[in-house]
Amino acid sequence: MAKLILKNGRVLDPANRMDAIADVLIDGDRIAAVGPSLDASGAELFDATGMWVTPGFIDMHVHLREPGFEHSETIESGSRAAAAGGFTSICCMPNTHPVNDSPTVTSYIVENARRHAVVNVFPIGAITKDSAGEELAAIGSMKKAGIVAISDDGRPVMNARVMRRAMEMAHSFGLPVIDHCEDLHLSAGGDMHEGLESIRLGLRGIPSCSEDVMVARDILLSEVTGCHFHVAHISSKNSIAMVKHAKALGLSVTAEVCPHHFTLTDDNVIPYDSNFKMKPPLRSSFDVAAAVEGIVTGVIDAIATDHAPHPGSEKMQEFERCPFGILGLETAIGLTLETFVHNGRVSPLRIVEMYTAAPGRILSLPRGTLSTGVIADVTIIDPSTKWTYDVNRSFSKSRNTPFHQREFTGGPAATIVNGQFVWGRSPDLQRDLQIPYLRTM
Amino acid sequence: MSRGLLGIEDLSRDQIEQILARARDFQPLQNQSNKRLDLLRGRLIVNLFFESSTRTRTSFEIAAKRLGADSISITASGSSVSKGESLVDTLNTLAAMKPDAIVMRHAASGAPHFLSRHLPTPIINAGDGTHEHPTQALLDALTILDYRGGLAGLRVAIIGDIVHSRVARSNIYLLSKFGVDVVLCGPAPLLPPQMAQLAPGVRLTHNMPEAIRDADVIMMLRVQLERQNESPFPASEYYPFYGLRVQHLELAKPEVLVMHPGPINRGREIASDVADSRQSVILNQVENGIAVRMAVLERIIQ
Repeated sequence: MAKLILKNGRVLDPANRMDAIADVLIDGDRIAAVGPSLDASGAELFDATGMWVTPGFIDMHVHLREPGFEHSETIESGSRAAAAGGFTSICCMPNTHPVNDSPTVTSYIVENARRHAVVNVFPIGAITKDSAGEELAAIGSMKKAGIVAISDDGRPVMNARVMRRAMEMAHSFGLPVIDHCEDLHLSAGGDMHEGLESIRLGLRGIPSCSEDVMVARDILLSEVTGCHFHVAHISSKNSIAMVKHAKALGLSVTAEVCPHHFTLTDDNVIPYDSNFKMKPPLRSSFDVAAAVEGIVTGVIDAIATDHAPHPGSEKMQEFERCPFGILGLETAIGLTLETFVHNGRVSPLRIVEMYTAAPGRILSLPRGTLSTGVIADVTIIDPSTKWTYDVNRSFSKSRNTPFHQREFTGGPAATIVNGQFVWGRSPDLQRDLQIPYLRTM
Repeated sequence: MSRGLLGIEDLSRDQIEQILARARDFQPLQNQSNKRLDLLRGRLIVNLFFESSTRTRTSFEIAAKRLGADSISITASGSSVSKGESLVDTLNTLAAMKPDAIVMRHAASGAPHFLSRHLPTPIINAGDGTHEHPTQALLDALTILDYRGGLAGLRVAIIGDIVHSRVARSNIYLLSKFGVDVVLCGPAPLLPPQMAQLAPGVRLTHNMPEAIRDADVIMMLRVQLERQNESPFPASEYYPFYGLRVQHLELAKPEVLVMHPGPINRGREIASDVADSRQSVILNQVENGIAVRMAVLERIIQ
């Protein structure tokens, strides 16, 4: 098997508390060694001087739209967008058609990903059949088929008793429950965050309390059941405070936040532009401040994108008719560096942890470190070069993003999955490179 | 304003005064036997009403005719919208027929704003969802000015289903720009606290006598059941607490004006005798609608 050496980069491996200039030697699909001045004889060389070399980034919350909505995204196109965003593993939500509520659908996704995806794809199964919130899905069989968590993302379980039973089952199978926390009665008909802006624009609001009451409910159910409860895309100040409280009580509660929720507020919404429409909605400035603070203080465990492709035909409508969700994979690292790293608020090691070891731990994935002998998933980040995001060159099949033409300082430079380069960008970060050894389909 | 009229919020006081001044030029026309001017001869106006409307559509049609323009009206039920065509496609199709302006009413807030970013044709907003209804606020201002020397310093109470009202929002923006003391009043679920921050000089109350006390103008709003996806309060509670009755008028200034954008629901938000009272200027509003819309059409198209 071919050897590859990543020379002279800043190796950031949070699981091993490592932050040092070193080489990373990859032999075949495994990490062979990490250390200074490794013997590179016979190895292909990648000069990582000035770059970060980190465990492969994991996005624990994406929508790949396949099966059923292949006009929006496919497992292949989503995986390519992931690679171009520096992600080596992505976890796909079950709201496909059919819903991933059975081992048959899970196996379809796993097999399709094995054949067509350029990154690892870990499916998340539904909590209830058809995500209808009534009968539990085949949780154990889906686990055998490859799911790493359960969630009815986007169609949250409203019945607290059903959620309790789901948590009991998930706990017994060693799976976390990921909940999109939204009381659908409180948010009914809402299109954006409830506040002055929604009132001004004449749009129905999605109040923060619609998220908060469900976070509270699920924390209490997690205590009753012992189940690991993971809050998807946390966005409100009170929810973050409750997660902090739950952790202080020693409960098995974790949370992820999306880059758009720590960078944009409801004031930033271009009126009636659906590139700013997602759930949870862009919230108030104090919610964004709380999200930033939650990352700085460590209350929030992971950063996930909630990559939610929708084709132009669906986003080019009256605002209230447009579906919720925006792309996220290709802009996550740039937004994170801008918000936390360049200003020194959070150490690079901690930020890398939120994208690697932390989601790996939450989902019990055998990924997220550069320890010797593990699968060689590596993300290489250029932390300082300026580049501009052009969504028209996105690998996604969709174009719905509020970050088109945004300038970033630093971003992903190359992505290695199972020891193979699957994506790379030119040194000025403006152009995607043809990787000669791109894995053949 | 060159590209259309989407709302009052973005207009300057100066622009509003120009429109009102021009509307005043057109007011006497209503009483002449020849009501037609040829200021917009040969121009084409498309009235596109995705939501039912009697007075606004008719008013725009008459305004166009009086200016000598050709106008056609399309309603959603008789159009390709009912065949599943998207809004953008419908509008692109109409724009290809090169109208000089599109007058549009739509049930979705922001629909004309969204379209104006994708179409070259100027769009006049004839009411978008629960957002704005700019020509209504302009004709309301014209009506008030018919009876009062100016707007500054007046006290205007707007009462009813505020949160779902595009008329309320447009009036709040307009009146605030002219230094009016605006009091909003309605049941709590229909009057969120953020309404007070929409513009300077706006305050809220849930108490109707308090809202009306010393008011120069009372604007009543219809309860927009069609826009509520819930029953925020018992229907039986509405009239006793928020229906305008004769005894309320005693609390207001002596020459108080009672206004309503229509259609009125007698006995629901307004007592029949109040709607027909000396103070009621509801039909003056309708009449002024034509003059205001003439001024707007002329300004947008010329």
